[in-house]
Amino acid sequence: MRRFLRPGHDPVRERLKRDLFQFNKTVEHGFPHQPSALGYSPFLRLMAIGTRSGAIKLYGAPGVEFMGLHEENNTVMQIHFIPDQCQLVTLLDDNSLHLWSLRQHGGASELREEHRFTLKGPPGSPPSATQVTAVLPHSSREVLYLGTESGNIFVVELPSFRVLEDRTISPEAVLQRVPEDNCSRRSCELVEVLREHPKNPDQILIGYSRGLIVLWDLQNNKATHHFLGSQQLENLYWQRDGSKFISCHYDGSYTQWPVSSDNRQPEPLENTVPYGPFPCKAISKIYWQTTKNGLPYIIFQGGMPRASYGDRHSISVIHGSQQTAFDFTSRVIDFFIIFSSDPAAEFDDPSALVVLAEEELVVIDLKSAGWPAVHPPYLASLHCSAITCSHHVSNIPLKLWERIISAGSKQNIHYSSMPWPIDGGTNIAPDPPQRDLLLTGHEDGTVRFWDASGVCLHLLYKLSTVRVFLTDADPNDNMNTLGEDEWPPLRKVGTFDPYSDDPRLGIQKIYLCKYSGYLAVAGTAGQVLVMELNDEDAEHVVDHAEADLLQDQEGYRWKGHEKLKTRDGPVRFEAGFQPFVLVQCQPPAVVTSLALHSEWKLVAFGTSHGFGLFDHQQKRLVFVKCTLHPSDQLALEGPLSRVKSLKKSLRQSFRRIRRSRVSSRKRRGGGGNASEVQEANAKFDQDALQEMELAPVQRKIEARSAEDSFTGFVRTLYFADTFLRDSSRHCPSLWAGTNGGTVYAFCLRVPPAERRMDEPVRAEQAKEIQLMHRAPVVGILVLDGRSTPLPEPLEVAHDLSKSPDMQGSHQLLVVSEEQFKVFTLPKVSSKLKLKLTALEGCRVRKVTVANFGSCKTDDYSENDLAVLTNLGDIQIISLPFLKLQIRFPCIRKEDVSGIASCVFTKYGQGFYLISPSEFERFSLSTKWLVEPRCIVDLPEVTSNNHVHSKSGPENAARKSSPGDCGEDERKSGRLMEHALLNDEKVLKEIQSTLEGGR
Amino acid sequence: MNRAQRGAAGSRGLGTMEVKSKFGAEFRRFSLERSKPGKFEEFYGLLQHVHKIPNVDVLVGYTDVHGDLLPINNDDNYHKAVSTANPLLRIFIQRKEDADYSAFGTDTMTRKKNVLSNVLRPDNHKKKPHIVISMPQDFRPVSSIIDVDILPETHRRVRLYKYGTDKPLGFYIRDGSSVRVTPHGLEKVPGIFISRLVPGGLAQSTGLLAVNDEVLEVNGIEVSGKSLDQVTDMMIANSRNLIITVRPANQRNNVVRNSRTSGSSGQSTESSLPSSTPNILGNVLQGEEESDEEDIIIEDSGEPQQIPKAAPTSESIESLSQIELLHESTQNGFLPSSELNLTHSAGSISMEYEVPEPGHKSLEEDGTIITL
Repeated sequence: MRRFLRPGHDPVRERLKRDLFQFNKTVEHGFPHQPSALGYSPFLRLMAIGTRSGAIKLYGAPGVEFMGLHEENNTVMQIHFIPDQCQLVTLLDDNSLHLWSLRQHGGASELREEHRFTLKGPPGSPPSATQVTAVLPHSSREVLYLGTESGNIFVVELPSFRVLEDRTISPEAVLQRVPEDNCSRRSCELVEVLREHPKNPDQILIGYSRGLIVLWDLQNNKATHHFLGSQQLENLYWQRDGSKFISCHYDGSYTQWPVSSDNRQPEPLENTVPYGPFPCKAISKIYWQTTKNGLPYIIFQGGMPRASYGDRHSISVIHGSQQTAFDFTSRVIDFFIIFSSDPAAEFDDPSALVVLAEEELVVIDLKSAGWPAVHPPYLASLHCSAITCSHHVSNIPLKLWERIISAGSKQNIHYSSMPWPIDGGTNIAPDPPQRDLLLTGHEDGTVRFWDASGVCLHLLYKLSTVRVFLTDADPNDNMNTLGEDEWPPLRKVGTFDPYSDDPRLGIQKIYLCKYSGYLAVAGTAGQVLVMELNDEDAEHVVDHAEADLLQDQEGYRWKGHEKLKTRDGPVRFEAGFQPFVLVQCQPPAVVTSLALHSEWKLVAFGTSHGFGLFDHQQKRLVFVKCTLHPSDQLALEGPLSRVKSLKKSLRQSFRRIRRSRVSSRKRRGGGGNASEVQEANAKFDQDALQEMELAPVQRKIEARSAEDSFTGFVRTLYFADTFLRDSSRHCPSLWAGTNGGTVYAFCLRVPPAERRMDEPVRAEQAKEIQLMHRAPVVGILVLDGRSTPLPEPLEVAHDLSKSPDMQGSHQLLVVSEEQFKVFTLPKVSSKLKLKLTALEGCRVRKVTVANFGSCKTDDYSENDLAVLTNLGDIQIISLPFLKLQIRFPCIRKEDVSGIASCVFTKYGQGFYLISPSEFERFSLSTKWLVEPRCIVDLPEVTSNNHVHSKSGPENAARKSSPGDCGEDERKSGRLMEHALLNDEKVLKEIQSTLEGGR
Repeated sequence: MNRAQRGAAGSRGLGTMEVKSKFGAEFRRFSLERSKPGKFEEFYGLLQHVHKIPNVDVLVGYTDVHGDLLPINNDDNYHKAVSTANPLLRIFIQRKEDADYSAFGTDTMTRKKNVLSNVLRPDNHKKKPHIVISMPQDFRPVSSIIDVDILPETHRRVRLYKYGTDKPLGFYIRDGSSVRVTPHGLEKVPGIFISRLVPGGLAQSTGLLAVNDEVLEVNGIEVSGKSLDQVTDMMIANSRNLIITVRPANQRNNVVRNSRTSGSSGQSTESSLPSSTPNILGNVLQGEEESDEEDIIIEDSGEPQQIPKAAPTSESIESLSQIELLHESTQNGFLPSSELNLTHSAGSISMEYEVPEPGHKSLEEDGTIITL
């Protein structure tokens, strides 16, 4: 039959498919994996983050996001915005420089790479001669100063990256006037930092790694001041007025230096070791911020006492008598201060401290008392505890949305009320079409509720299930319990906490009913919690029931983990979702499937041993069904035996590595007495090599049998009101599918609402289908008389769905990893099937029903299956005829965790983890597309001021410097600029002619 | 058909029906529920049980209203026997090895006396040797080389028939590279090869596959461009009726056809293969594809009240096999009966039924409860 029904021959359908389906990866949510560099433009009010995989991401006001990727996929080492421009320069670890710019295109700004450049030294020079260590984009916007490992400072022109060789600042030139005793060639090795004078662009401060600091006059090409530091230099910072600068050092000290015209070689004003007297770690970066009240803010990274606090990742803020060392749970990559960018302002007046740590972004409000943290609208650390599962709910009713937000706001009272300080650019994307929630379950027993409606994935509310249980960790053990007089004054900030107290708390399955506010959450140790949304704090007892899934299978011993101990007596729960019943599966194996029916008030759960149904209204277990095959020892004993084998294999591989290391080292050493050993090693290596060649990767071909392991593992549970026994009466039913290809159907009798508390819910097994191909059943779905999937519970009651057609005959769709099959109901006979694995060699990993609307007309939409395969492809398969519509490659097939993490939405979008901390959002629909769309404009007024104050002196310098090319045009241009400064239009014209002339 | 039968059975108003079964010289009497006769296999098991011949292969026959001795060997004729028996169902059981096939047929019971006299005095009549035509279930599909006529001589298409044997498929595949003729000359391309045969496995015992044979197709789908894991999954998904097209590593045993001038120069045909064979194969495999797997449904098996009806012979439960069957049915909910499947004309089935055998279909659709 199939050969007559080749897809793609119906032109009408083909056209419709184009209107319905389209694949786009739209935006990355969460926190960039392995960030390596941070940059900030106070002018654009944009922040840039570079990663070790060569990505660069720009963030401004919520919704303003840009992403770029370096072709080389090398680590981004430094990011520098070109002053007053929509441009930035990145330095990669392969020593290449890249110029990126934001250009408007089609009504929105885009980030594009414009140029790339690698500094080349004279022929024969060592690579270190041109290894860039410091980058200074000059405020003239025309040149970059590149400090190198050799101590040379090269000048390159922008945007062409042409090296201006005659302007290179060599160590020899720098050392000319340094006193003899401090003068050695080595003192100018490695340029650590370059800083432009805040008031005079003709002067730059050059800091060499060994401690020598030089103020260089660009105009006269000579060093004007020498500052003879004795300690290894880490960083420099100019004070706003340019009268002083501050240097920080490897030994944990910082030093203030005066800059005046009368002393060319001044002594330091002050040298402080803030966390002395014992040896301290390096202070790697420092800010000195002036305020109106005269007390400066001194903000620096590191400097902790080496012995006791050397392992802390800290940033200290000192303001008068206030001092706090913000303590981060992960390494600090970099930080910056947001302060008054108005050049006319007299003081820095810092408002916020922005810290990029390896695993999160933390922003501290420096204006409010107590320096509280600011809740970031984006860059959320999804992985503050490892994500164990996710669940997406589309189109949340406004009422529930508001209640969740209000519950969340009560949790966020310790956050600052300061508006988000990084607010550059304008979000021009249309408002999200609906309210969507993404729920993530975490290893530490929490569920996080994310606003997934738009471009900014934003935490709304965090639910913890830990309170129900007794764990080793005392919940009152606060990280911030350090007393007032503790020294150093550490304060834990951020939310990243990868250490789980107890892995059994991990959340495995989540099911939220958006209409009733019922939430079911199931975890690693067989715990199933049913919760209800409560707007108030409450203290109550959580009812507790056990479900013995092994029932008649006596004599088996569970060797896995024990169940969690529960807390006796009433427990206090904060406003939000509050558990009212706990069903504990026995044995306490991982809950592998979960379904909740809020209308019938039933919750179904499954593990590797069987499944059960619980009536959460009467708080009574309705039934359990053991699905275990008697020979399945692995499932019975729990995961322990497998853990052992994993350990063993790990040990073996370590041994192998060690062995190979030993042998290679010996060979290199090559002593005569060791020749025998060497020979033996060589022989061993050869043997190992031969063994490798003899045993290539091979796969066993064997039919699956009923005795395979984990056949009883319950993969999917589904509630449906359908015709199970006869075609005249429909009834509630529960369907379960196992790993061994079995489908169980139970007929349920739910008492009518008025007698719901009086009569018990009853269940009877009505059907059992064994798929002969025995592949795991991953999805079960009932289609109504119109071949539409049955609506969700309460959907019809809320007028959000047509009531299902109960007149026509229903159909059952069973999706296994290998095949899709449609059966008739109530008499089960096979109607249709699609064999995926037999034809393509791929397997179903995720499947969901999605509604696709046409981008052309509003009145057409259809339901299809969205399927993710183990090869990372997404296929769309029509309902009810099971025809492949279209296929998109989405995830690399090697990315197993990405494939495992994928969730589809009900409207043809999806999310998957591209790293432990980032969700990629994709869209299969032409209609529903959430992607960033924003504009970044040059703020013009500030630009004028800037041009005035910064370019003026630069001009003067140019005029007198001989041999500067293009001097004449520039001179006239700049002169006019002075004259017509107040007229913006004219100025713009001049600028454009200047740019053209260049 | 079935519906009419059921109606007829119901109109008789009799709940149970008497069965009189004869094996050798022994008679057994028991009763069956007329409206729910169950399957032939269960009936067969029941007969073996009541006669205490659990491991003896037998032929089952009955006398119909005309007095003819007719065989019972599938669900259809079993149901016919039950529905027409009035008031008593007479069953005759013979050992398979000394079965007399001539006993069946029209007028057999009128010749019965003769048959009996033959048995009693075998020396009297020297019966001429009978041509024995086996029952369908005595046939078993076996692994074979197929499509020899449409494939190039350098290729071999092998059907490994797993169905009905306990042998594992028993082979391994690996990645490798092979040389292909392309318009640009010889080219090295990645390929999938058989890397190992398990001793005693189906692949080895058939002798049709060998180590280093290159796998070209799996059930009509080309494997080129597919990863080792994909091909593995395809083979396992088709494992019940696996058709592998290989280029044998040993090309000396190829079938040489007369129509070809030279049997050994397979290169030219090989390059044309990918375009032509899948379509041919599509035709060939289409009918057979559906026969390879039929899912099983059990209705209402979980109901505890059904279990008492399960054993009409519960007075003699000491039989081990019976206990095992009971255990199977309660634990798994279904009989492992699919293993005893019949050969049937695969081409005639256009749809897949949820029953192990097409003959069971009508029974299943009535929602019959399985009882033992």
